Amino acid sequence: MKSRLIKLKPSGARIEVAEAGKGRDLLFLHGAGGHLPNDPLLAALASKYRVVAPLLPGYGRSEGEDGLRDMLDVTLHALDVMEALDLKKPIVVGHSMGGMIAAEMAAVARTEIARLCLLAPAGLWLDDRPVVDIFSKLPYELPALLFHDVEVGKKLMTAGGGNMDDPEFLKQFLVMNARRLGMAGKILFPIPDRGLAQRLYRIAAKTLIVWGKEDGLIPAVYGDAFRTAIPKAKLVKIAKAGHAVGQEKPDAVLKAIREFF
Amino acid sequence: MKFTWFHLMPWPHMPDDFRQKHRSVWVDLPNRMYEPELGHGIYHRYLDQLEYAESVGFDGIGVNEHHANAYGLMPSPNIMAATLTRRTSKAALVVLGNSIALYNPPLRVAEEFAMLDVLSGGRLVAGFPVGTSMDTNYAYGTIPALTREKYAEAHELIRRAWAADEPFAFNGRYTKLRYVNCWPKPIQRPAPPIFIPGGGSVETYDFCLDNTYSYSYLSYTGYLRAKLLMEGYWKRVAERKVDESPYRAGFAQVICVADSDAEAERLYGPHVSYFYNRCLHVYPGFADAPGYRTVKTIQTGALSQFTQSGRDYPSMTWKDLTENRYIVAGSPETVRQQMEEMIKSLRVGNIFCLLHIGDMPDDKVRHSTKLFAEKVMPHLRNLWPEWNNHDDRFWIHPMAERVPMKVAAE
Repeated sequence: MKSRLIKLKPSGARIEVAEAGKGRDLLFLHGAGGHLPNDPLLAALASKYRVVAPLLPGYGRSEGEDGLRDMLDVTLHALDVMEALDLKKPIVVGHSMGGMIAAEMAAVARTEIARLCLLAPAGLWLDDRPVVDIFSKLPYELPALLFHDVEVGKKLMTAGGGNMDDPEFLKQFLVMNARRLGMAGKILFPIPDRGLAQRLYRIAAKTLIVWGKEDGLIPAVYGDAFRTAIPKAKLVKIAKAGHAVGQEKPDAVLKAIREFF
Repeated sequence: MKFTWFHLMPWPHMPDDFRQKHRSVWVDLPNRMYEPELGHGIYHRYLDQLEYAESVGFDGIGVNEHHANAYGLMPSPNIMAATLTRRTSKAALVVLGNSIALYNPPLRVAEEFAMLDVLSGGRLVAGFPVGTSMDTNYAYGTIPALTREKYAEAHELIRRAWAADEPFAFNGRYTKLRYVNCWPKPIQRPAPPIFIPGGGSVETYDFCLDNTYSYSYLSYTGYLRAKLLMEGYWKRVAERKVDESPYRAGFAQVICVADSDAEAERLYGPHVSYFYNRCLHVYPGFADAPGYRTVKTIQTGALSQFTQSGRDYPSMTWKDLTENRYIVAGSPETVRQQMEEMIKSLRVGNIFCLLHIGDMPDDKVRHSTKLFAEKVMPHLRNLWPEWNNHDDRFWIHPMAERVPMKVAAE
């Protein structure tokens, strides 16, 4: 994928945008972990769509995170980015935290988003099926939490290379982690609920919800809760897939999107 | 020199297999381990020890705030300090401190500290910590990346509330109050002396220097490892061209005094082991929520002491702990020598003495405390003659004529 920087008005903050593929515009909003190195989902989507994937401030080369403190800040920021990218009736796809942001965008700006795809989105909380606390997890615990097939997950997550025993690499990793999850924490910590449940009824977009049946972070039962609350929604559950459903089963997710839109 | 006898108030009944059975002493340790009726006696024994410390001549007695843990049982240090106002008469009450970002509204801290200052006749030292990540983020739910902004705003509100003589409006991002009106207000004007616990971030150095607050480094890894951090602080002091009063800084130290070095190991070894292996057994996932530390601070390498050295404690022997000066332990002469080296090498005017350690029984606490007070402290009093061994800006100003208490200190 290629990436470029755009400048947001009026702050002048730079936003990194990854782009690939040809076809209909598809805006992709990543989860709290950012893009994977050689992300298989982005590659699959780019085989059929023009994928435009901005990075949230705090991720990669995107900046301006100090000015984003709460859900409304983040939602309006994402709408600003979408406007600046000048996309043509895009399918808005968001994974996990990105799904939460996409759902908020569609609820707030209901006339601007007509096609919405939520991949295991965050944003709801069920007392009897709590979402796992991602912030207290150690790096080595993540593959098992995010993937049904742990070995595949490990390979995908460490594809960028790097040795945790090397102090310099560790420092860089900690800085990156602090920036990313520090930003994510503003809408996900300590409980990823910022009142989305009471706004979901406003979503006018045709909505596809996709969930990995083996999601160990946000259990698949949350998919049913989203489907019930969003007016024009369909839920697809994918077997043998964890929370990183798109990275673990990219072809199945692409197929679901193609069939629905 | 100012010596403060500091109590952490740990739960002293964690089982021998604690490390194997539980991943953390903090945040998610089930509170079924806490037994309230035992707790009754423990609280009072701990308070007795603080009062005893005053009676043998310590300048201050200290308490602090922690949540959801067996390491320190004072979610509200102000309640502890309040009991001490009535049974002590001379010592500074060092509350180190209230995690001001956690109070809603933070005006509560201004009010309670003012109450303590008035109750004690102007003996309060007020501490404003950010709080550990375990307390602030995991136990109290503050969003990590917003913690410091919230702290800064709370600090501004408290200082303005103490300084004002009339109600004012405060339009903060996190706190909005149409009428800020702090009744009572503190005896010490414009504010009690303020100590800031820090862990090596440059922002905190500047914050202390800007406001004339004393920087307090609370570490359990001893003065050899503290040297680098304190040198960073004094370098910043020099850069800022402010005076180099040693009372601008303080250091916490685990101390054990016995009649001989060998006796110290025999008497205190098990309790020191309890402290390092059970009280400090923190799950690394709770030690440093992402966003809690600024990027700048991580880049300087200042990580939580709970993430770094915790792994080494189980294998450390008494010899390791003493030779590497994690703890200062031994005969009065050994302790005196090492304390002097520490005070001079770190250039600190305040020492927070940790003489109750882990599950140490009362008789040993008093024995060690008494030996320190009688045979060590007097020899360390005159280490900063050029400052007349006192700095008015960083110590309490009790009122001259206080009402006599009906209940005398023991």
